[in-house]
Amino acid sequence: MRQMMKGNEAIAEAAVQAGCRYFFGYPITPQNEIPEYMSKRLPEVGGVFVQAESEVSAINMVYGAAGAGARVMTSSSSPGISLKQEGISYIVGAQLPCVIVNMVRGGPGLGSIQPAQSDYYQSTRGGGHGDYRMVVYAPASVQEAVELTQLAFDVADQYRNPVMVMGDGVIGQMMEPVEMPEYQPRALKAKDWAATGWDGKSRDRAVINSLYIEPDRCEAHNLMLKARYDEIEKNECMYETDYMDDAEYVVAAYGTTARIALTAIRQARAEGIKVGLIRPITLWPFPNKAFEDALPTAKKFLTVEMSMGQMVDDVRLAVNGARPVEFYGRTGGVIPGVSEIYREIVKLTGREG
Amino acid sequence: MAIVFEKPKMLAEKQLHYCPGCTHGILHRLVAEAIDELGVGEKTIGVAPVGCAVFAYDYFNCDMLQAAHGRAPAVATGVKRVHPNNCVFTYQGDGDLASIGAAEIVHAATRGEKITVIFVNNAIYGMTGGQMAPTTLIGQKSTTSPLGRSKEVNGNPIRMSEMLSTLDGPAYIERVSLHDVKNVMNAKKAIKKAFEYQMAGKGFTMIEALSTCPTNWGLTPVEALKWLENNMLPQYPLGVFKDIDA
Repeated sequence: MRQMMKGNEAIAEAAVQAGCRYFFGYPITPQNEIPEYMSKRLPEVGGVFVQAESEVSAINMVYGAAGAGARVMTSSSSPGISLKQEGISYIVGAQLPCVIVNMVRGGPGLGSIQPAQSDYYQSTRGGGHGDYRMVVYAPASVQEAVELTQLAFDVADQYRNPVMVMGDGVIGQMMEPVEMPEYQPRALKAKDWAATGWDGKSRDRAVINSLYIEPDRCEAHNLMLKARYDEIEKNECMYETDYMDDAEYVVAAYGTTARIALTAIRQARAEGIKVGLIRPITLWPFPNKAFEDALPTAKKFLTVEMSMGQMVDDVRLAVNGARPVEFYGRTGGVIPGVSEIYREIVKLTGREG
Repeated sequence: MAIVFEKPKMLAEKQLHYCPGCTHGILHRLVAEAIDELGVGEKTIGVAPVGCAVFAYDYFNCDMLQAAHGRAPAVATGVKRVHPNNCVFTYQGDGDLASIGAAEIVHAATRGEKITVIFVNNAIYGMTGGQMAPTTLIGQKSTTSPLGRSKEVNGNPIRMSEMLSTLDGPAYIERVSLHDVKNVMNAKKAIKKAFEYQMAGKGFTMIEALSTCPTNWGLTPVEALKWLENNMLPQYPLGVFKDIDA
C-alpha cells in the first residue's frame, strides 16, 4: 500500500518493521520526527524508547543495548553526530551492530538547520578516533531511505559493525509516496557473543570491550576488522547510473543533489550533450568501479555536492588522474538549482551556456 | 571438612593488577560475595569503567561490558532496558562518575534506572598517575594540584551521594568506607541491600565506597587507611542518604 510519508517517519517505521525495538535519542532539527515517532510506536510493539540527556549518552545507551544483543537505533543531525563520535568509535572497537541515522544540516558549528552534505568526510573516514570504517547509505528518495534502513540492520548484524544512513535534511523532511516493503531478512548468525547473563557453561563469558592493552593484540584486532572491511567493500557497494552508455561527460552526485542533477542532465541530453550520472548509494564503500567503467567514453567528470567539495576527493581517487574532475557545490544549507547544474554541465563541453 | 572461607564464584580466576594496599580488591570481593549470596550470578551483567577498574571485565565472573570514560550509567541503561529482569551493575571511580560522567550518573539516577552503581571514591585519579579528582580534598596534593587543591584555583570537592539523594529516582544511596574491618562489614551489608533493592525493582541504587590509593597518595597501605579515616570522613560523612523503605 502506497502512502504519503515524511522521510523521518518512514525511516522510523522501516526500522520497526525490520525488528528494531530499542531507540535512544536526543532532539535536534531536522530529525526530530524520528524520536517522536519512535516514542509513540515502540511501546506498541513491546519496545523501548528513551530520550537521553545528550547525544553522548544516547550513543552509549545504544552501545549497552547492542552489547546486550538487541536491534537498536539512534538518530541525530550533524552537531549531534559529532557528539556521538566517541561512542561510535567504541561501538566499532567492541564489534557491535547498530544503525545511526544522520539527517545532515549545514555546518560547521551550529551552522544552519537546512539540508547539507558536509558530513561526508566525517561519515566515510570514521569520524571518531582510531582506524575504522562503517557502511554509509545515502538515500535519494523516501522510498530508498526505507529500503536502505531495513538493509542497514542486516548489514550491521552480519559484519558486527555500525551502519549509518545519511540523508541530507531534505530526505528527512519531505513527504513522498512510499510503499513499506515487506522486510526480507538475510540469513544471520545468532548473537552468541552478546551479554545476556551467563550460566558458566552454554557459551564463553561475554566481554564487550575495545581495550587491547598489548599493542600486538590491538594490531591483530584492527587487522581482523580490516579483513571485515575488505569483505564489505567486495559485497556491499551500491550505486546507480543513468545515461552512462555513451556519456562523454559524467556527473557524480548523491542523495537529493543527484535527483536535481538528473533533471539538469535530461535537459542537457535534450540539447544533444552526451552526459550521464553516477549516483553512489553507499558512500563507503565508494563505487570506484562505476568510474572505471565510465572511462572508455568519458572526457570529463563533474562532482556536485551540498558541500565545499568532499566526495570530489573520492571521485578523483577513483578516476586517478585519467580525466579532469571538476566540482560544483553549494554549502551551509543552500540547495543547488537545476539551472546552476545545467550551466556547469555546459561549461564542461566548452560550449557557451 | 567444612569449608569456612573460599573465593566467591563471582570472581574469575585472574590475578588482580591493583597496587598493594589498594582497597579495590576488598570492594571487588564484597560485590562478588553479595551477588553470590543473592544467587543472581547467572543473571548479572556488569559494566566496567575507564580508570583503575578498567580491567574489572576480567575479574568479575559474569557477562561484562567495558564502557567509555564516564558513560557506564548510560551503557547500563541500554543493557537494563533490554534485559529488565537481569541484575545490572556499574563499577566506577570518582573521575569517571563525578567528573566526566556527571551527566550520565545524574540522569540515570533521576530516571530511576534499576541498576546498582558501585562508586569508588579515593579522591584521586589512580590509573593516570595521581591527578586531581573532582573529590580531591582542599589542600590535598596531586600531580595537577602540586601545591594542594585550592578553592580559588581548583574549585571545591563534590559530594555525589548527597547530591543524588535529592533526586526522586534513587531508591537507595549509602556512603560506606573500607578503612577498617567494621566498616568493611558494613559496606558488604550496604552493597547487598542495594542489589536486593534493584532486583525488587525499587529504583536506582548507589553505594559510594571511600577507598585508599597508597601509591598516588604517597603513603604506606596502613598510613593510607589512617589518612582516609582522618581526612576523608570529615568531608564525606558515612551513612544512608536515601532509602525509600526507611
